[in-house]
Amino acid sequence: MKSNDVILQTATKVVFFIIFIFSIHIFFAGHYAPGGGFVGGLLTTGALVLLLLAFDLETVQKALPFNFTIVTGIGLLLSLGTAAGSIFFNVPFFTHAFDHFDLPLFGDTSLHTAMIFDAGVYLVVVGAALTIIQTIGGDS
Amino acid sequence: MINHLLFPIIIPFFFAITLLFFKEKVKVQRVLTVIGLTLSLIAALFLVAKVKTDGIQALTLGSWPAPFGISMVSDMFSAILVTTTLLITILVVVYSFTAIGEERERFFYYPAILFMVTGVNGAFTTGDIFNMFVFFEVLLIASYLLIVLGGEKRQLRESIKYILVNVISSALFVITVAFLYSVVGTLNMADIAVKIAEIGQPGIISVIAVLLLIVFGVKGSIFPLHFWLPSAYAAPPTPVLALFGALLTKVGVYAIMRTYTLFFVNDISFTHNFLMVLSILTIIVGCIGALAYFDLKQIIIYNIVIAIGVILFGAAQLNEAGVSGAIFYLIHDMLIKGALFLLIGVIIYVTGTSNLRAMGGLLKTHATLGWTYLIAAFGLAGIPPLSGFIGKLLIVKGAFEAGNIVGSMIILASSLVVLLSVIRIFIYAFWGEPVPLPKTERSTYLKMLTPALLLVVLSVLYGIGTEWLIPYVTDATDVLLHPSIYIDAVLKE
Amino acid sequence: MEFIMAIVIGLLFMAAVYLILSRSLLKIILGTGLLSHGAHLLILTMGGLGGSSPPVLAEGVTDLADPLPQALILTAIVISFGVTAFILVLAYRTYAVHNTDNMNLMKGDDEHD
Repeated sequence: MKSNDVILQTATKVVFFIIFIFSIHIFFAGHYAPGGGFVGGLLTTGALVLLLLAFDLETVQKALPFNFTIVTGIGLLLSLGTAAGSIFFNVPFFTHAFDHFDLPLFGDTSLHTAMIFDAGVYLVVVGAALTIIQTIGGDS
Repeated sequence: MINHLLFPIIIPFFFAITLLFFKEKVKVQRVLTVIGLTLSLIAALFLVAKVKTDGIQALTLGSWPAPFGISMVSDMFSAILVTTTLLITILVVVYSFTAIGEERERFFYYPAILFMVTGVNGAFTTGDIFNMFVFFEVLLIASYLLIVLGGEKRQLRESIKYILVNVISSALFVITVAFLYSVVGTLNMADIAVKIAEIGQPGIISVIAVLLLIVFGVKGSIFPLHFWLPSAYAAPPTPVLALFGALLTKVGVYAIMRTYTLFFVNDISFTHNFLMVLSILTIIVGCIGALAYFDLKQIIIYNIVIAIGVILFGAAQLNEAGVSGAIFYLIHDMLIKGALFLLIGVIIYVTGTSNLRAMGGLLKTHATLGWTYLIAAFGLAGIPPLSGFIGKLLIVKGAFEAGNIVGSMIILASSLVVLLSVIRIFIYAFWGEPVPLPKTERSTYLKMLTPALLLVVLSVLYGIGTEWLIPYVTDATDVLLHPSIYIDAVLKE
Repeated sequence: MEFIMAIVIGLLFMAAVYLILSRSLLKIILGTGLLSHGAHLLILTMGGLGGSSPPVLAEGVTDLADPLPQALILTAIVISFGVTAFILVLAYRTYAVHNTDNMNLMKGDDEHD
């Protein structure tokens, strides 16, 4: 079915990046303010679903040639790896470490291992949600 | 190493994730699964030894102080359950190499098993009631995948019902946790036990006890919540059925035993009598079902229901003999149910049907299978010196000590029904006139029989080696009967 | 506020039970969705609605909300999200294979599948 959705497609090309960048912002905000990997991941998924609505499954697959099951796997490995890192320091599982670093451009920044864990959560959410949507959407 | 009690949970989880990257490479998946499970088993055995020498191992995740973080607690009870789980899973996985078919293997069969083991071991190890909910969900979601894998017409129909029942009971679990949190203001199981002991047992705690019994009873299939079990378990292929029958219902039983020995010990006359009456009804219903069917799968599935009743009856006595009998019987039942399901899987493969009436004379062509099955059947019924005997003996002893004569009589009578139901399979399938068999590969038959045989040998060893296991079971019983040991170990810091 | 929440939760459970008892598969799934919403609200209410500030520790904040129920709800929401997605796909497949979404017609027994 070919429908006339020029407005949606044009708007999507702009809005997609706005949502995506906002989701990255939400992801990094998650340490001291509301936000984090789960919400960020859902927002990114939302953006990708918008792409899917405006264009179709094949186009999006061509633009983003990832196997989303693998993305989920990488995310899980990242999260588990971060949590399991504490095993090597003989502190309880999930113990996180953080310190302040003086980075160029950002100035004094506190970096947490929890952020790597959150990045894993982000990837899992995106991967899992898109796997579901592709499974349902591909079958028609 | 203070994290070693987590290894039986983390290692299967890690390997499950790794397998996601090898979707099409079935051989790699098989090898990795066996390696992962073997490593976990070694870790679990190490853990049992550690718990034996040093007492309960407790760890609160994320370096939080004890009642605030999520506690993981490994006492002897959970450590031996974790070990048994891994042992059974390894053999079922080896059995699956030939029995499950490559189509299913490619569709995340092994990752699902490993995720399920993660959930089962986690549920056995956790010391936090909400974390238990999370691990329940992990194992349930993996089991949803396993039960529907293959997508046959019947599987789809039954798995819808299975999933709906479990989703509703999970919602009930969340509701119960909410009530519990509003009353005691904590989720740490040791801390909950302390708080409940402080306030005595007002009515609301009894309500929560019954709600938890409903939640875990749906998973563990006690009467009258067993209604979903027979048809749902009959749908998937036998390796999956063996895993479900050996592990999933036992998680529900473990949760009931844990909560009913740790939390609700202040009003035993209500909660434990209630549990006991339900367990006796469970046994009776299971007996009726086991005799009523002429289908291999259904007969053994109803034997699960009977065993659940027997274990919970022992646990409800809340005395030394009853509880240690329940633990003995729980481990025995996991081993023997796994073995029996694998064996009937072989029978179904050889005969091409699960209907008893369409079989006969297998003893002439498959003698090893027949005698192995007979030993497993005797073990299930509890004929000494096989594995079921000691557990049932102790349970009955505990019941006599507590003065529950009628219940003990029903347990003893149920043994006869169990024996009758499984011997009926032997008579119909192995004796009589041979019926023409479909063409099957001899090598496939042997490959399927070997893990089943190993599991039967294990259960026989478990029966003969009871003497050496008594110290371990005594440790497990002590913790269940004296909650203060558990509480002190968790809240020590 | 707790009183209103209790009524809302009761209504949610009521609607959920009504839907779950219906014959249509889709309605049953919607019912389980409502049931888990009710359960999540129940956790929030049972934890005490507490203070008005977010549960973030900062200088001079005294009437903060209890963070634990929120963490529990987030976990429970994620789980029910995943399960609902799975069950919807499964229901669709079942519908396609069985040509019906009427649970009464999905009984079946061992003799004839």
